[in-house]
Amino acid sequence: MIAAWLKIDEERVVQGLQEAGEKLDSIEGEVALDFSSVRRIDSSALRAMEEFVGMADDKGVKVVLRGVNVGVYKVLKLVKLGSRFSFVG
Amino acid sequence: MITCEEVQERVPNPLAAESLSEERIAYLEKLVSQARTAAAVFTQFTQEDVDRIVKPMVLAGLEQAQHLARLAVEETRIGVMEDKVIKNMVATEFVYNYIKDKRTVGIIREFPERNLVEVAEPIGVIFSILPITNPTSTVLFKCILAIKTRNAVIFSPHPNAWRCCSEAVKIMYESALKQGAPEGVFACLESHTLQDNAYLMRHKDVGLIDATGGPGAVKAAYSSGKPALGVGPGNTPVYLEKTADLNTAVTDIVLSKTFDNGTICASEQTAVIDDEIYDVVLKKFADLGTHVCNEKEAELLARTVIDAKTGFMQPMAVGQKAADIARFAGLSVKPGTKLLIAPIRGVGRGHSLSVEKLFPVLAVYRAKSVDEALKVCVDVNHAGGLGHTAVIFSRNDEIIRRFGELMNAGRILVNSPGSVGAVGGVYNDLPPTFSFGCGTGGGNSTTDNVNIYHYLNIKRVARRIQAHMWFRVPNQIYFNMNAVENIRQFASRSTIIITNPSMEQLGHVDLVRRYIPEGTHVHVSVIPDAEPEIKVVMQGVEALNFYRADQIIALGGGSVIDAAKIMKLKYESPAADLEELAAPFLDLRKRVIQYPTEKINRARLIAISTTSGTGSEVTPFAVLTDKERGRKVTLADYSLSPDVAIVDPQFVMSMPKGLTADTGIDCLTHALEAAVSSYASAYTDCNAMQAIRMVFKYLPIAYEHPRDEEARSMMHNAACIAAMAFSNASVGVNHALAHAFGARFGVAHGRANALMLPHVIAYNASVPTKFLPSPYQKGYLAHKKYATVADLLGLGGHTIEEKVKNLVAATEQLLDQLGFPRSIADLGISQEEFERAMPDLTKLAFDDPSWRSNPRMPLISELAELFWKAYQGRGPAKVAGAAQEQTSQRQTA
Repeated sequence: MIAAWLKIDEERVVQGLQEAGEKLDSIEGEVALDFSSVRRIDSSALRAMEEFVGMADDKGVKVVLRGVNVGVYKVLKLVKLGSRFSFVG
Repeated sequence: MITCEEVQERVPNPLAAESLSEERIAYLEKLVSQARTAAAVFTQFTQEDVDRIVKPMVLAGLEQAQHLARLAVEETRIGVMEDKVIKNMVATEFVYNYIKDKRTVGIIREFPERNLVEVAEPIGVIFSILPITNPTSTVLFKCILAIKTRNAVIFSPHPNAWRCCSEAVKIMYESALKQGAPEGVFACLESHTLQDNAYLMRHKDVGLIDATGGPGAVKAAYSSGKPALGVGPGNTPVYLEKTADLNTAVTDIVLSKTFDNGTICASEQTAVIDDEIYDVVLKKFADLGTHVCNEKEAELLARTVIDAKTGFMQPMAVGQKAADIARFAGLSVKPGTKLLIAPIRGVGRGHSLSVEKLFPVLAVYRAKSVDEALKVCVDVNHAGGLGHTAVIFSRNDEIIRRFGELMNAGRILVNSPGSVGAVGGVYNDLPPTFSFGCGTGGGNSTTDNVNIYHYLNIKRVARRIQAHMWFRVPNQIYFNMNAVENIRQFASRSTIIITNPSMEQLGHVDLVRRYIPEGTHVHVSVIPDAEPEIKVVMQGVEALNFYRADQIIALGGGSVIDAAKIMKLKYESPAADLEELAAPFLDLRKRVIQYPTEKINRARLIAISTTSGTGSEVTPFAVLTDKERGRKVTLADYSLSPDVAIVDPQFVMSMPKGLTADTGIDCLTHALEAAVSSYASAYTDCNAMQAIRMVFKYLPIAYEHPRDEEARSMMHNAACIAAMAFSNASVGVNHALAHAFGARFGVAHGRANALMLPHVIAYNASVPTKFLPSPYQKGYLAHKKYATVADLLGLGGHTIEEKVKNLVAATEQLLDQLGFPRSIADLGISQEEFERAMPDLTKLAFDDPSWRSNPRMPLISELAELFWKAYQGRGPAKVAGAAQEQTSQRQTA
């Protein structure tokens, strides 16, 4: 069951993830992040994603990524982050 | 925090792991992690993105060229500052000029005629070792390459060049970052050790090691188990051949050897000079500010600059000025001396100055001949310079060619300086580089000047290609009654008629002679009534030679025409080796053996078939019997096709029943096999299908009513039409089985085909165990093609399976009508004998090229099964059914 759903804006990926991180305490089960507007991802965003999924793991919350394009998906695979997320759409 | 255990897993060399502290490992891991992230992010960048970043980097490097050159000389105490400025400018401007218009992202090259494109994939993280001799220029070069190819680099400078290298990396990184390159794309190790290098070389996230350094570093790179680019040591021979432009040669050598005080490893080490010009050359050297040592001076020099124990150059001499070296050696030279020249008498032990010397000292050798000069160059090349560079000054193309063939060097430069020439893009069209691949001679993976393509994995997207096909038949085919009259139009001085005894007895030979133009000398060569043997063929060739024939008329069945084809081949090209020409092949266009095109004699071949038939009058095949080895030898080439085919039914009116049946079924087999062949096309299908219809309609009539002109004429045409089909689509497994069986047991070809045919139809129509690769067809079609045949013959059926079954039944019925035995057993061959023959039969059948166009690839076990099915036969004779009724209706129509 999806407990929370958050849209991530391409211009504010790091901030979006930080805000999501702050909400983790009140989320149970699963959080879905909508990446459909994110066409490219940079190093700081990657670091933020790694931090976020680390926090989610600590709290037992599953992270689902929605609408990730193939280019971003490949980046996540190359930095070995792919297996830490679930992907939909 | 990374534990020692985890490190052990990652770094197979426990020695290196144990030497590194946890903090150090953490530091290295952070570098790799940042580089890996940068490389991953980089994969999203487009060509426009990378090109936008590269250009400002190049400009930044050019602006800082002098600053970096000064830093390099101050720190390393090696080389000449002004020359290092030029190196830095070549490493930026010249490299950029080479790469600026080249695609390195996405599709980088397209080959539309091959339906192929090349697509770039970055390496990822590159670990790059830097030299002390060209520190900053190598950094600039590699940074530009890396960005252009979307890779991240971790640099490991030489300990004595760390400051200038890290400054160069900083300049490049800041410029790249400003233009949007990913963070962490470049990093420079701080005060590192060999253990750091070892750790990073083995790191699982490092994709490539680019080691531009000494032999130790290169060897470590190649030993790491990672893909690596390395360089090798140079010991460049330069041959001054007597035809050289001496002014250019001497100037170039001085320029090259003094450039950056000789630190470029491609610079000349030993000049081998032709005796005729030796003294003049040395004088020219002296005129340009060099000092030519006498014997004693050379000895002193050698003791100073070469380590007596190791035989290698002294590191302290690398990149030092000639005047300083002279002073160390205790030589008295003029002020401003730029190069020391030392005559040597040999290469190797006892001639210490014949090794690599990365400073302004040049050995010279007087060669008394071109051979001696080339040998000495080979010796120098092999004395520690394999794969690197060699130089020749000459205007003699033949000697330049020989030099190029003899030298084991990635760069063989002609009439240009070694050092600057090898760098590329200055004196020649080699890609500009600061990393010279030395191939296997130098323990490297490439002989190239390392460039952008070595920083990429190049992927190839290969689309299926529609291979072009063909439809080739003789361009003159005359058919219908009295077509033989057309012989009149073919003028000839000397004609040989190849035929068999029955043709003479039947008066057919005289009939043919009637139409041969007057004045033609005619000789008749009669060959036995059987499949041709090699001996018979050669006798025919003797006759052709004796009568100097310019025309051959083959009058007979397939055997006679095949014999005539081979006679013509051997007559026109006596050196043709039949055994070789019968070599197996898979694809006619790629076959290893080519048929001869040069002809000593020429003869027109007119084929008049007297059976209906093998169709040999239009085919590019000829089958010989090798009685000694009990096998058939098949020759296949369009050059074997007769020039003219005459399909005149008057020659088949008297064919006996047995022969009518045998040759008629051979024709049907040709047509059926061509129809389902993997080489079938629209061009062959129309011929095959028409021939099948004609056979089913007219063969029973021709068999029962041999004087029926229409039936005979139609069957005769059907044989030719079927042959036109299989000449281009080939046959299949039925023929492979029939050839093997027929040769082994002496059974006529058509009869052998008949015994296999119904079983082969059922076999081909079922789902294959193995598919034969065929670029010409999409999907498995044999069962559908058989169903189409069944439809054409009006056999009925609603599904493909039913139609195929009806076709098999109709075929069996036809065979019964023609009196064929129902099984091999019916021929009187015992089961034991057949079983004994089975290994040979299957081997022969599998070796036969006929099946290679079969729609289904036959396994040897399946060949055996088909033989056994034919042995056991097709059961009791079929009672008249729908198919038979329909056949009767067609006969009476």
